[in-house]
Amino acid sequence: MPAIKDSFELTKRFAAGESSAEATLQAALRMIDAREPRVGAFLHLDREGALAQARDLDARRKQGQKLGPLAAVPVAIKDNIHVAGQATTCASRMLEGFKAPYDATVTARLKAAGAIILGKTNLDEFAMGSSCENSALKQTRNPFDLERVPGGSSGGSAAAVAARMALMALGSDTGGSIREPASFCGVVGLKPSYGRVSRYGLVAFASSLDQIGPFTLSVRDAALSLSVMAGEDPLDATSSSESVPDYLSALRADLKGLRVGVVRAYFDECPNQDVAGRCRQAVERMKALGAEIVEIELPRAKDGLAVYYVVASAEASSNLSRFDGVRYGLREKTSSAIQNYFATRGRGFGPEVKRRIMLGTHALSAGAYDEFYGRASKVRTLMVNDFKAAFARCDVIASPTAPFTAFKAGEKSDPLSMYLCDIYTIPANLAGLCALSMPVGVDARGLPVGLQLQCAPYAETTLFGAAGALESDLNLNLAPTL
Amino acid sequence: MATATTVDFEAVIGLETHVQLKTRSKMFCSCKVEFGAPANSLTCPVCLGLPGALPVVNRQAIEFGIRVGLALNCQIAHSIRFHRKNYFYPDLPKGYQITQHDTPLCFDGVLELPVRDATGNPRVCRVTRAHLEEDAGKSIHLEGGTLVDLNRAGTPLVEIVSAPDLRNAEEAHAYLTTLKRNLSYLGVSELSMEKGSLRCDANVSIRPVGESRFGTKVEVKNMNSFKSVANAINFEIQRQKRILRAGGTLHQETRLWDEDKLETRSMRSKEEANDYRYFPEPDLAPFEIGRGWIDEVRRSLPELPEKRLLRYLDDFKLARAEADYLVTERELGDFFEATVKLYDQPRKIAAWISGELTHALSERNASLADLKLEPARLVELISLVEARKLNNITAKEVFHAMLGTSDSPEQVARRMGKLIEASGAAEDPAVAAAIAEVIAEFNDKAVKDFLEGKEAALKFLVGQCMRKLKGKVDPKELPPLIEKAARG
Repeated sequence: MPAIKDSFELTKRFAAGESSAEATLQAALRMIDAREPRVGAFLHLDREGALAQARDLDARRKQGQKLGPLAAVPVAIKDNIHVAGQATTCASRMLEGFKAPYDATVTARLKAAGAIILGKTNLDEFAMGSSCENSALKQTRNPFDLERVPGGSSGGSAAAVAARMALMALGSDTGGSIREPASFCGVVGLKPSYGRVSRYGLVAFASSLDQIGPFTLSVRDAALSLSVMAGEDPLDATSSSESVPDYLSALRADLKGLRVGVVRAYFDECPNQDVAGRCRQAVERMKALGAEIVEIELPRAKDGLAVYYVVASAEASSNLSRFDGVRYGLREKTSSAIQNYFATRGRGFGPEVKRRIMLGTHALSAGAYDEFYGRASKVRTLMVNDFKAAFARCDVIASPTAPFTAFKAGEKSDPLSMYLCDIYTIPANLAGLCALSMPVGVDARGLPVGLQLQCAPYAETTLFGAAGALESDLNLNLAPTL
Repeated sequence: MATATTVDFEAVIGLETHVQLKTRSKMFCSCKVEFGAPANSLTCPVCLGLPGALPVVNRQAIEFGIRVGLALNCQIAHSIRFHRKNYFYPDLPKGYQITQHDTPLCFDGVLELPVRDATGNPRVCRVTRAHLEEDAGKSIHLEGGTLVDLNRAGTPLVEIVSAPDLRNAEEAHAYLTTLKRNLSYLGVSELSMEKGSLRCDANVSIRPVGESRFGTKVEVKNMNSFKSVANAINFEIQRQKRILRAGGTLHQETRLWDEDKLETRSMRSKEEANDYRYFPEPDLAPFEIGRGWIDEVRRSLPELPEKRLLRYLDDFKLARAEADYLVTERELGDFFEATVKLYDQPRKIAAWISGELTHALSERNASLADLKLEPARLVELISLVEARKLNNITAKEVFHAMLGTSDSPEQVARRMGKLIEASGAAEDPAVAAAIAEVIAEFNDKAVKDFLEGKEAALKFLVGQCMRKLKGKVDPKELPPLIEKAARG
């Protein structure tokens, strides 16, 4: 498979009859056989199902049928998004034995577009974490350095694409869970605008923040996959009825007329100056491509982390109430119904999940609501206004994706230091922006550095335009040696 | 200063009524709303609370909610949002109920009650709010464990909260009958307490007469009829008075009504109450209700009982009690008006409906539709009486006999041998003379009794006529002739 650059190229070759879906899949499976034992990206592989899908595609192409825009692309799916008939574990013991009875809307759309579903990838339990170390089921490693974490929570999907075991993978992003691992693993990771992609079939963490998005090997692949996934879904009342533009045609060669906003502190105060340096260089390249660089202020962004841990935890405490052992998943039997709840939830959830349930329960409780949830919601509105003001002065905001590159497994044992991983990514979720992380180089250790670009809600075309031009200019081709 | 043992107390009562809406599908998914289907057969990922499933608002439920609000004389909100009410229970699949908290769909309503205050004015009870929410499933507790049926989970409910304006059990009962009456016109609910499509909890407190602050509130649940609501309130008022008069104090708590023992018992105290941690439902955006939609629903409403009652009093000159009765159910009034259209004798028709028809309905525990009584057949029956072919007594017998059939009253009467046919006797002057004599002779006693409907009196009069005519005439032909003569 290394011969193929990205999904876009693969679909062209497949359409032209230069390769078969089965051969493409076999190449991916060989890559998985060779690398998966060391990387540990997958929780579940569906070899037979994938093979059947590939053969079906080949047969249909032979009959001259028109195939979808992702025909023959092997895709991995984060294990908090349903694929009918397969387990959905959320990397938790809580969902032991649970099989998804239906496809998530994104899964159905990918299948309809001809994508081949390889299997399900590892994550921090219920998508809560920034290193994938909170998985109760597996340890995933960074393909660029196996001693390091792939980032999280969508670490399995990021690692699978970085290691070329899948050409595309889905993740979910609540506070940076796509962009941070994309940054750590040197791939493109997109968090679409809130409401752009249906959440139906995504196990909810924080409903007002969650979005599903792709990990890809190129910006154009991100545009291609979003074209397939985006659009209103009658099953998700928060999905937008806004029409879906042709994202691929948004790609451009130069950046003339584009205003790039930068918050000076994000660069100056970045704890890893290697990261800040790489990102500064990338912004310089954007200027060279014709962009105008504008300094902007986001005065309340500093409160983002605090607001996030109140709002996200509050929603999570409620969203995770359904895991009670009554209908599915783990069930600890005791002497009484109420004791079953304590025993099941006590054993089923890991420490980070419990911490957030407790945080969120407290934030919503009678005496604390105004001080915590109420106040956080107000500050969130102020942050939305900050971004509105900023996007009046610029079209895209550039910053590091994460304050550092991939760290070593076990290095961050204190929850607060782990929470800081998402300091640059969280505001986009709180404000419903679209944002992506793209590789812009490596640090002194050869670890990928990601640049985050953020645009106003539903300005994905601007986002792809800016990212695509920068990507062509940098022409990096980062690949791990495994 | 008065001591607790001598003070007079007054009760303060507010009611919370849940009305299940008979929409085609559930509140947030497309599962059917139906009573009595096999357990857990009417479920899907959304109402089972499966991970990844999301709610979508049922517009019909909102429309039904608006109808309920308008029938309770409420204001309708132009923008509503939903909240989550969090608590754990095996029949609550998501671990939270989607309900409304700070923006109820309907608010500031009022109901005029069919009871009067000391000055003779009708009592009114304000309706604080009526909001939409989803029902939970059903837990069936057995010896070996608990079974859960989630068919009901996600069924739309309207919760109607009255102001604490009610002062005794009679007023509470009147509030409930008025509420049920008004809602029955809308066709949005079965309104059956037996089937659980109408449920009522009562908040009861007492305070010394003249005190404006509220006393300690007790919530009473588990009543299965309007009568048990009244009984529970009466019991609770007495219990609270007894405690306060004995120098005790009341605690805020929830109590369960025990229908067998006719008493309330404590279920949980305020300290044990859940902290429901309400917060805005992030899976649903605020829902906008345009003025146009509200107007459209308002236009589609049938004439409501309050207006209909006035019309019956003004246009048909009915007695208040009869008019009150005819508007208790929409079907009764509709039947009344359809009959009046065919036969312009409103008071006579009203008497038939509030008399024999109601008797038949309660005796057979049936609905008007079950009786298969068309207005035309009632008119035909009344005409037979007018034409003296049936008397008041036989007409009632024929009425009951023709219910549930499609036969005409005349056919039924003939089959029963009650129909008075024209015959030679009517033309015979000797017969007429004999009848006139008998009537003159017994005018005060037997004739009067007969006209009041006493059958024995008629037999007596027939016997007297037969004696005068020396049996020269078929006694079966006499009753209509006697009746005709007696009515003069």
